[in-house]
Amino acid sequence: MNNTIQYNSNKVIVAENLTKKFGNFKAVDHISFEVERGEIFGFLGANGAGKTTAMRMLCGLSIPSGGKGTVAGYDIGTQTELVKKSIGYMSQKFSLYDDLKVWENIELFGGIYGMKSPEIKEKTDALMKVLDFENERDKLVGSLPLGFKQKLAFSVSIFHNPQVVFLDEPTGGVDPITRRQFWELIYEATSRGITVFVTTHYMDEAEYCDRVSIMVDGKIEALNSPKNLRKQFNADSMDDVFQQLARKAKRVDG
Amino acid sequence: MKQLFSFIRKEFYHILRDKTTIMILLLMPIIQIILFGFALTTEVKDTQVAVLTTTNDEASSRIIDKLNASAYFDVVAKIHNEDEIQTVFRDAKAKLVVVFEDHFAEKLRHTGKAHIQLIADATDPNAATSFTFYASNIINSYQLELMSEAKNPYQIIPEVKMLYNPQMEGAFNFVPGVLGMILILICAMMTSIAIVREKEMGTMEILLVSPMKPIYTILSKITPYFVLSCVNFATIMLLSVFVLKVPIAGSFLSLILVSFLYIFVALALGLLISTMASTQIAAMLISGMGLMIPVMLLSGMIFPIENMPVPLQIVSSIIPARWYISAVKSIMIQGLGFSSILKEVGVLALMATVLIGISMKKFKVRLE
Repeated sequence: MNNTIQYNSNKVIVAENLTKKFGNFKAVDHISFEVERGEIFGFLGANGAGKTTAMRMLCGLSIPSGGKGTVAGYDIGTQTELVKKSIGYMSQKFSLYDDLKVWENIELFGGIYGMKSPEIKEKTDALMKVLDFENERDKLVGSLPLGFKQKLAFSVSIFHNPQVVFLDEPTGGVDPITRRQFWELIYEATSRGITVFVTTHYMDEAEYCDRVSIMVDGKIEALNSPKNLRKQFNADSMDDVFQQLARKAKRVDG
Repeated sequence: MKQLFSFIRKEFYHILRDKTTIMILLLMPIIQIILFGFALTTEVKDTQVAVLTTTNDEASSRIIDKLNASAYFDVVAKIHNEDEIQTVFRDAKAKLVVVFEDHFAEKLRHTGKAHIQLIADATDPNAATSFTFYASNIINSYQLELMSEAKNPYQIIPEVKMLYNPQMEGAFNFVPGVLGMILILICAMMTSIAIVREKEMGTMEILLVSPMKPIYTILSKITPYFVLSCVNFATIMLLSVFVLKVPIAGSFLSLILVSFLYIFVALALGLLISTMASTQIAAMLISGMGLMIPVMLLSGMIFPIENMPVPLQIVSSIIPARWYISAVKSIMIQGLGFSSILKEVGVLALMATVLIGISMKKFKVRLE
């Protein structure tokens, strides 16, 4: 992770003609894009468009059938172990252990990412303060409201200071106010130089991203800042942009 | 290593916080041993005996009187025809028929040798073993009396015949059987559920994305259940030795070795199930249907394998519990040495290798 070459490189995620086939079905069809350090990159698309598959390839969970990609400077086809060390991940299924206490969850994931105990302890104290969670520290995660859990899950996913964090529909099922608070945490992370790669269904969230890509049937149909996209598609909102593109989709759900 | 320890600790938290499950897991062996133990231990008292003699001689009357005088038996009928034996059993008049051979006393006097046949209703095998044993003892004591009275040695040869369950399987079987069942239940079922739970909760994805090595995930999943199995093994051993008075006749070390091997097989099975099932319910059903029922029915725990039709015998040979139970019986009950269970150990080792191989491969596949 301390490799100078990658550190100077500002391209944290690079995808070149990335493809994933399941039999004859091209779930992801030659997608190419680059994400810069500290950027918030929105990855949009209807259900079945191939978002999750693309993200899984970038995380090293799934080997590409074609094309190339690097994350944090490591090849996602051959250096998956190094990729895994450099990234954080939060899935749409809320992903902490309900029957562990707040601090135990943090300690566990710190341990999994090879952090030392004193460092974990120190950072846990700081995190509890930032999140205003000091009273919840010894509570079981299962007893917390969903919004709390999501904030905690996000904080845990960037606890080991990864270069990139992948968020797979992180804010499903919470109200707009909680979502807004969640996004404040995301901004705070990018200010520390963490790159955020986020998939979402909510178009208000798309507006918060620096750049947005929209996938339709396995291909990237549009990629630009929300403002430029609105201009390009002559639309009032991202929702409108999305509707125009998604209407072209031939695949239905999946 | 820190990864592994953090993860093992987490697994212990999972288990220890689920109070109901841990109570069930710890109490189950105790309850089963006590249930099986006391349900199968029958006090032999006033067992009804029918006697078949064709000649009313002195020797047979003496034996009949001795039987009747003991607390164990109650002579309820005298029959004179072999055909009546069936009737006696069918009408449940007696549990034991003592058959004196024709001209019993005469043969004893002239040749010094005579036969008595003990025919027992072995529907309840445990009771049948006990009362035929007592009956044989009573006959022996009469023989000793005769020997002290006379100069010539007399020999009465009791011949025991068990009806309905000739192999007498099931008598001491329950301790090895319960061991075999509990260990497979805890190792295979609980391990598979614990792994599948991660899949179901979505936390498995997080683990796969993390630098956590899959082998660490597996190791930390099986460690707590290994510990739990050892606790249960100890509980069952203590109960069987001190409460049921079933002694460990053979080497305790061999018993521990073969148990570790069996636990290993069971853990590998659990791992394999976890790669097949995607929900906890499915894991539970697969291990319930696929393990518990075969263990109960086909391992020889309840029904003797020798009595099964050949196809079922073949099926039973792929059930790990069958080999484990047989090994435990050899060591614990019969007191045989390690060399006598080489076959069982070999089969279990082979099973462990194959299962670990398959499940490791399958576990990898899921990572792609």
